Amino acid sequence: MIFLWAFLIGGGICVLGQIMFDVFKLTPAHTMSTLVVIGAIVDGVGLYEPLVKFAGAGATVPITSFGNALVHGALTELHDQGWIGVISGIFKVTSAGISSAIIFSFLAALVVRPKG
Amino acid sequence: MATKSKSNYKKMAMSPKEYQSFAKSMEPPRSILGNCLKAFVFGGALCVLGQAIQELYVHGMGMTEEAASNPTVATLILMSVIVTSLGVYDKIAQWAGAGSAVPVTGFANSMCSAALEHRSEGLVLGVGANMFKLAGSVIVFGTVAAFFVGIAHLILGTGGQ
Repeated sequence: MIFLWAFLIGGGICVLGQIMFDVFKLTPAHTMSTLVVIGAIVDGVGLYEPLVKFAGAGATVPITSFGNALVHGALTELHDQGWIGVISGIFKVTSAGISSAIIFSFLAALVVRPKG
Repeated sequence: MATKSKSNYKKMAMSPKEYQSFAKSMEPPRSILGNCLKAFVFGGALCVLGQAIQELYVHGMGMTEEAASNPTVATLILMSVIVTSLGVYDKIAQWAGAGSAVPVTGFANSMCSAALEHRSEGLVLGVGANMFKLAGSVIVFGTVAAFFVGIAHLILGTGGQ
């Protein structure tokens, strides 16, 4: 059942992005930034966690979950460490995504021969 | 023939603004509904793949769901980097639009393709300096938004949770 919801919710978020592309004529960078901010705000009001429980990877794979993870790190640290957590916690949860993207991309650039 | 093409050419002489509206009228109509359907199907399928990988980590390696989300994202990113390196991701993106851009694989694709594109300029000035050319705005706006959400929670005294 979780697979069906993952498909529907994940696909739905992608449609949201496609509508920003086609209807509002936003560039990919503007669209992604907007989606990340939306994800951050949704987690800020405490609604992203229930969405993850409900749709699994349908909520964690789209880029909105990046905004959610940034906020989540900040709020968890705020809870544990006080006000400095707003600064120190932001990248706590997202390290895996950003680090692996940097490392794998760098290795790819070393190995793959540039075309042309 | 020559005169005809010349007269055609004359007809085309117009100001940039006129040309832009002319070019716009000649664009093939983009089927928004069709694009949305493709984005829905491909984006949804990627999420199902992500869910399958996560289930694999949860049931195959005994991780909790929360602990499994990090390796799941890392696996998807690795796949995306491999597909990008083979030059296939761009072709998929032509078809799937936002369906391939919105998932985390699109984020990895933007970094990897920037790294590959600027490889010839060197590792430091090319790969290092350009990797975040596209992904940077996502990180900047995400971080700033997270900061303000955190500040809002601090001010409202909700204690973060």
